[in-house]
Amino acid sequence: MSNTTFSLRALACTTLLALTPAPSLAHDYKLGSLAINHPWSRATPGSARVAGGFMKITNAGTESDRLIGGTSEASKIIEIHEMIMDGNVMKMRALEKGLEIKPGASIELKPGSYHVMFIDLTKPFKEGESVKGELIFEKAGRIAVEYTVENRGAKAAGGTGHDAHATHGDMKTGAGGMKK
Amino acid sequence: MSPMKLVRLVAWSSITVITAALLYLLLAPRPDTGSGVATVGGPFRLAAQDGSIIDSEKLKGKPFALFFGFTNCPDICPTSMLEITNDLNALAEKARDFRVYFVTVDPERDTAKLLQDYTGSFDPRIIGLVPKDATELAEIARAYRAIYRKVETPSGYTMDHTASIYLMDGKGKFFGTLDTKETPANRQAKLRRLIDRG
Repeated sequence: MSNTTFSLRALACTTLLALTPAPSLAHDYKLGSLAINHPWSRATPGSARVAGGFMKITNAGTESDRLIGGTSEASKIIEIHEMIMDGNVMKMRALEKGLEIKPGASIELKPGSYHVMFIDLTKPFKEGESVKGELIFEKAGRIAVEYTVENRGAKAAGGTGHDAHATHGDMKTGAGGMKK
Repeated sequence: MSPMKLVRLVAWSSITVITAALLYLLLAPRPDTGSGVATVGGPFRLAAQDGSIIDSEKLKGKPFALFFGFTNCPDICPTSMLEITNDLNALAEKARDFRVYFVTVDPERDTAKLLQDYTGSFDPRIIGLVPKDATELAEIARAYRAIYRKVETPSGYTMDHTASIYLMDGKGKFFGTLDTKETPANRQAKLRRLIDRG
């Protein structure tokens, strides 16, 4: 009995640790000569049906490759998009040929720029959770990755942005959010 | 009168008339474009997310902010709404009665119910407005000189749109904009000035 209690406690502690967003949770993947660094996303507002996925991809090889798509447990569709600010107008474009990663180059998918676009979310993204998915490259093929979900205001991996609500544990986030 | 004198008279009269016209164009008071800057904003009457009607005439005396966006927007819309939520919270009591109107540029997909859930996850002072059709949307966008455009994607469509937050004073006049590149201190100072002006 005491053993069970102990292991339950341990489990609870582990779970708490796992749910604490921290830069130390950075995670990397290798696929041939491609390195994928810390895929992440942001908590989504209520009713949101889309989310952006971000990461850094480095090509250490001698051949160019392209990120052409993906799959995800949390959305029906994945597309590769680019956001551009044209003056004060936000423009979004699907990269129909994918995102090229030239040999020796590093490309960062980040807010305000290139991103994996999760479309038709099947569940809200909640801070501290992770979202499983697959990335598909033209030459290197497929790789399973996990996106860490940061707070809604995160501007970079590790959650450097400021979300007054999330940081104070306010439960307004998510689909079951506050109603007026 | 000699023909030469007549020519001179006509010439000087023309110059006088043209100068007067130019002076008038330069100096005449223009109620709508006081600084020579194109007018931004104008009257609107739109359905809010809770079914009520927001009539800009009734907002007189109450400065407000207005944003064009849509809920299928992964980045700039949630970021802007989160930032203004944080700004309003930082202003505390001062911003108690301030309102931010989120006009959807995607009334095809954004129902009142969706907007209510969406804005509700930020701040109750953010209120979604749903133009009832393309014409109503075009009218308010034209008044605010905002751009929006449907763009095809492999799985459907997305929207390009003006991403500034418009600040309007209590007289319904354009006060300035907020954008995500500004520091919170900057944005909050603008909001404070706007609320003080009333």
